[in-house]
Amino acid sequence: MTDFTRRDVLRTTTALTAGAMLTGTSLLDWAKAWAADMPFKPEDGAKLRALRWNRFVESEDVQFDANIKAFIEATGVEVRLDKEWLDDIQPKAAVAANVGAGPDVVWGPLAMAHLFPEKLVDMTDVADYLGGKYGGWFPVAETYGKRDDRWICIPLCVGGNYINYRKSMVQAAGFDEFPADTDGLLKLSAEMNKQGNAGGMALGHASGDGNAWTHWAVWAFGGRLVDENNKVAVNSPETIQGLEYVRELYQTFTPGTASWLDGHNNKAFLSGEVGWTNNGISIYAKAVRDGMDIAADIEHAYYPVGPVGRPTEMHVPFPWMAFNYTKYPNAAKAFMTFMMEAPQYNAWLQESVGYFTHTLKGYADHPVWTEDPKRRVFKDATERALSIGHAGTLGYAAASALADFIIVDMVAEAATGQASPKDAAARAEKRANRYYRV
Amino acid sequence: MATIAEREEVAAPAAWHWTRVRNNRNFLGFWFMLPAAAFLLLFLTYPLGLGIWLSFTDTRIGRDGVFIGLENFVWLADDPVFWLSVFNTFLYTIVASVIKFALGFYLAILLNNHMPFKAFIRAIVLLPFIVPTVLSAIAFWWIYDTQFSIISWSLTKLGLITENINFLGEPNNARASVIFANIWRGIPFVAITLLAGLQTIPASLYEAATIDGASRWQMFRHITYPMLTPIIAVVMTFSVLFTFTDFQLIYAMTRGGPINATHLMATLSFQRAILGGNLGEGAAISTAMIPFLLGAIMFSWFGLQKRKWQQGEADD
Repeated sequence: MTDFTRRDVLRTTTALTAGAMLTGTSLLDWAKAWAADMPFKPEDGAKLRALRWNRFVESEDVQFDANIKAFIEATGVEVRLDKEWLDDIQPKAAVAANVGAGPDVVWGPLAMAHLFPEKLVDMTDVADYLGGKYGGWFPVAETYGKRDDRWICIPLCVGGNYINYRKSMVQAAGFDEFPADTDGLLKLSAEMNKQGNAGGMALGHASGDGNAWTHWAVWAFGGRLVDENNKVAVNSPETIQGLEYVRELYQTFTPGTASWLDGHNNKAFLSGEVGWTNNGISIYAKAVRDGMDIAADIEHAYYPVGPVGRPTEMHVPFPWMAFNYTKYPNAAKAFMTFMMEAPQYNAWLQESVGYFTHTLKGYADHPVWTEDPKRRVFKDATERALSIGHAGTLGYAAASALADFIIVDMVAEAATGQASPKDAAARAEKRANRYYRV
Repeated sequence: MATIAEREEVAAPAAWHWTRVRNNRNFLGFWFMLPAAAFLLLFLTYPLGLGIWLSFTDTRIGRDGVFIGLENFVWLADDPVFWLSVFNTFLYTIVASVIKFALGFYLAILLNNHMPFKAFIRAIVLLPFIVPTVLSAIAFWWIYDTQFSIISWSLTKLGLITENINFLGEPNNARASVIFANIWRGIPFVAITLLAGLQTIPASLYEAATIDGASRWQMFRHITYPMLTPIIAVVMTFSVLFTFTDFQLIYAMTRGGPINATHLMATLSFQRAILGGNLGEGAAISTAMIPFLLGAIMFSWFGLQKRKWQQGEADD
């Protein structure tokens, strides 16, 4: 092997990634150079068991495995990767945290690290290293990663969740593009419904899509579950205004959205049943992969901005964490660092085809966002996101309130007319108080 | 003159005792039962006890709790979602169990008749029970889909409805839909077990009744039903327990939605304990199920098992 220093390699590979991605051998070369000079020295004979969620996008998964293979070959650390259904990750991690045995590293959705922060390896040095090297973390990434002054997990990426719409149907309704404000959305949705192209967003217990849009709707009008001091503040005029808006919007939805879970809108949209919905890029990715005609007509848009005048989006973060029962904390740190170094991370972002958004500012110029303009909005998911604990801090209460679907239920109650916006907000307040009690 | 036995007793009393003990049925019985008892203790009593203990603590995932007495239960008593789940659980259990019993019994009687391809038909009847729950739940997920439901599609094509049926989006529809799925899944168990019971009833009883001029209804009322009560008791106990503690069907189909209309105590317990991290509260919801379950068991054992041999005595 030639005598590269890490910086040399980095420079070369950044140039490379602009054009073509690293091939297998060059990835390995880089990995070996990195291993010789790596910031965290794995323990002798280190072995890691990692757990991740089952892929939604195949190419992403393949690249993830390739990156792991490069890490294994370069460092000699054994890594065994298990893959489980997304919804099973949190229960498994919870059990591991509780019994003090199981996978060393877990990668999964949302804020589960904040359910058991004291069971996790302190990742502050990893976060500082990566943040220093790649332009710093986006604020929401820092919120998700940190508990008090300590990093408890590393936000690997964010799964963007945006408006998916059929361009032709939106234009038929008299709009050039998807409206940028909440009033515009109401008009568009009503018109599309009239034309038989109604849209819809999930109001069932859909942990991804349902949580994302209902939080957006409440936040857009200035409502929030708690204030800056973690005092429950959901029963406010702003929330009620938001709920009234949703109730009006719901009248223009396609029927049945109250039963929708995360997968329903994908099916409905791909079959042409609905003209717009909210989702990750997976609908479009599937349309492209399967060569469907609909792909050319799919566009993505930011969530409209409400009366508060700024983006109020919720996107699902995917952090990873190492449990402190691991015998090889340094190997875990090295592993997590390696996967976020430019050659690996660039290749992986590329293969994620827009499904994941970077959490480090330095990756903003990645070609994945420019080579297909339809991916463009997903680039800003991390930058525009608010944390699920907004406006308070993340912790047990925020994570539990989210898992208990307090906001989703509140919005669904008001939307379907099962309760008036006032009653729905009052009920949510009572439920939230159970978690935010002192 | 001393017998041989007496002499041996004098010579080696200790050895003699050991022989007696070794041949004692109770002593042996104890050792034979030990593995089973250890199994029960380890896999049933311990988790149950731990669950009950957790319900009196504020344990969260990853953090040990302290004893807080009845606080979890006091909180739950004030929680409308919990009471909704209790209501749903009862509705689900009662409606599903009654219908499963009625249809299962009917099916068992039908299957008990002589007919061509008897074995084959009986095997087919078991299918819903054999298919993994999650698979059948996913099938129902499609059947009940608002946009793609085959039922809505067929009815629309037949011109009977103009709008798709909102199976899982409207609270009462959703309840009816999940109950139907549970019934579909549970009938084979009831039917096949009762069929086994039916086949143990001696044909001579029916012959005698026929000679006495009994009607079919009288034969059912005075022979089939009384002969079958022990089996019915067992089947219904299990059926009620399975239904009351159902989790998979609901979780795969609705996650307890819409707006908690189909949340059962089991699914709410999982949501609060594992997803929400509040192990203590989740355990309290599970513990709250125990009195109801005990009640159901008591009812079927003491209410339905009237014959003495069923309660450990000799029959009349």
